[in-house]
Amino acid sequence: MDQGVVGIYSYQDSVLSAVEKLKEAGYRNMRVFSPFPDHEIEAAVDLPESPVRFFTLFGGLLGATCGIGFTVLTSSAWPIAVSAKPIVSILPYMVIVFELTVLFGALSTFLGLIINSLIRQRTPVRLYDERFSDDKFGVAVICEKEKIGAVEAILNSTGAEEIKFDEA
Amino acid sequence: MSQTQQTPLTYARITEDVVRMVDKPSKKWWALFLPTVALVGLGVTCFFYQVATGLGVAGYRHPVFWGVYITDFVFWVGIAHSGTLISAILYLFRARFRMSIYRIAEAMTVFAVLTAGLFPIIHLGRPWNFLWLIPYPNSRELWINFKSPLVWDVFAVSTYLTVSSVFFLVGMIPDIAAIRDKVKETPRKIIYSILSFGWKGSNKEWLHYTRAYLYFAALATPLVLSVHSVVSWDFAMGNVPGWHTTIFPPYFVAGAIFSGLAMVITLTVPIRKIFHLEDYITLDNYDGMAKLIIFTSCIVGYAYAAEFFMAWYSGSPYEWGQFVYRATGEYAPFYWTMVICNCFVPIVLWWESVRKNIKALFVISILINIGMWFERFNIIVISLSRDFEPGAWGIYKISFVEAGITIGSFAWFFMFFLLFVKTLPAVSIAEMKEILPVPKKGG
Repeated sequence: MDQGVVGIYSYQDSVLSAVEKLKEAGYRNMRVFSPFPDHEIEAAVDLPESPVRFFTLFGGLLGATCGIGFTVLTSSAWPIAVSAKPIVSILPYMVIVFELTVLFGALSTFLGLIINSLIRQRTPVRLYDERFSDDKFGVAVICEKEKIGAVEAILNSTGAEEIKFDEA
Repeated sequence: MSQTQQTPLTYARITEDVVRMVDKPSKKWWALFLPTVALVGLGVTCFFYQVATGLGVAGYRHPVFWGVYITDFVFWVGIAHSGTLISAILYLFRARFRMSIYRIAEAMTVFAVLTAGLFPIIHLGRPWNFLWLIPYPNSRELWINFKSPLVWDVFAVSTYLTVSSVFFLVGMIPDIAAIRDKVKETPRKIIYSILSFGWKGSNKEWLHYTRAYLYFAALATPLVLSVHSVVSWDFAMGNVPGWHTTIFPPYFVAGAIFSGLAMVITLTVPIRKIFHLEDYITLDNYDGMAKLIIFTSCIVGYAYAAEFFMAWYSGSPYEWGQFVYRATGEYAPFYWTMVICNCFVPIVLWWESVRKNIKALFVISILINIGMWFERFNIIVISLSRDFEPGAWGIYKISFVEAGITIGSFAWFFMFFLLFVKTLPAVSIAEMKEILPVPKKGG
């Protein structure tokens, strides 16, 4: 049975040393809360690159394909010569292709963000503290019940001001 | 500066200040909000009068059938541009002066596109038929003409509205979470909880969030350039003297950013004063914006000169006649208002003391917006009123219905803006915290 523990910090360097010590001790399942995106924390935790970029790429390509397909197929479906241009005029269609590339790319980036960041992350609600969006940092670890004591010791030794447990 | 400067910015103070902004509206806010609603009512009344009576009440007379509504459309699309410039382009360039103003600029973008999008519909004699611009399977099996710049416009403007709204909402997620954690009343807490998508600010969330933000910025940057290029093609693709030129896309984009930056200044000056944001929106922010105004003013001024030169150099009597008419004909006061407001007034910004003088900036920003409105009016109306055939020349006069709807559109824009500053974080909490020195125990 896993349990969660979170240490609340005021200083970013204390957070960094806690992350280092936890990594050395072999704890990988951790979350670091901060009120703003911090590059040093990101580097210390060292997660794999975000998959959101594939959503952007896929959305953009899909948009471009839809743009080409839509314009070419609809103008071929009922061929009327307009403005003395060929029935299928690629150059003007590029405007539509471009707009749809951006539209689909942006919407799928949004989808990628929601899926990866807000649905897949599954942070136990009780490990969150409302001060994390204000002025405090948090280091949360989820581990086996027996190891909670050791994690608590690491959090205490690195200057956690308060420690909370997830009893669930 | 105000008393707020005495306490330095801290993380807690930033959250507190922004949460205070979305507190219960004051009497001052209502005093601003209610008149805007009344003026929106005026615009709506004028619109229904026009629908019931016909487009004749809009002052459309042969040969001018694109008038104030199209001018308003281009004006508002232009206003929208600097929001994305500040939030996306300056983000990619890592320009720090954008941090405190970008949320306001983004909100301005979304509301300005919302306003702009109304005008092509208002401009239709049968506004309910605007659906015909949208490609959908229909019983006639006929599709829209993808070679038409007006159809490109539909795609460009609706894409721009969607992408800038998503960008705006995503940017607010962490800040709404911060407000959610501070407010006590249940209904507000529920609303902010929904809008924050359950944001908790863990490192995983920030990782995906910062990457997504980067890709949004990378997509929005070419989009913003494309949108006003497409708007300019509405004109440049037509064979009308004064319209049919290749300089239009960069000229329109620069003009759009120019007017949008001026509008950001017009909006932030009162907000800064009312909400005591002197520590957030600093004089350096205004200095940065004013420098961008100088830059875009130079491009716009160059475009005016290049247009004149090309009209002369082309050897086309129609083209040259059009430009001489702009500067000397019946509409000359409008033309010179434009030149003075857009080319000469911004010259004073070369002095740093003016760039850091809030009152002067406020006045200059309003003059620039007047000048930019007239720029669109000159391009659209003067070109149409004198084209090739002297027998078909005519004069267009703005009607009270058009004036009412234009005033209503400004009120519509400010109404949304006032609602925004009272309900959503108008200053980015997370990004303001990002630029403060990180608290370290080791110093």
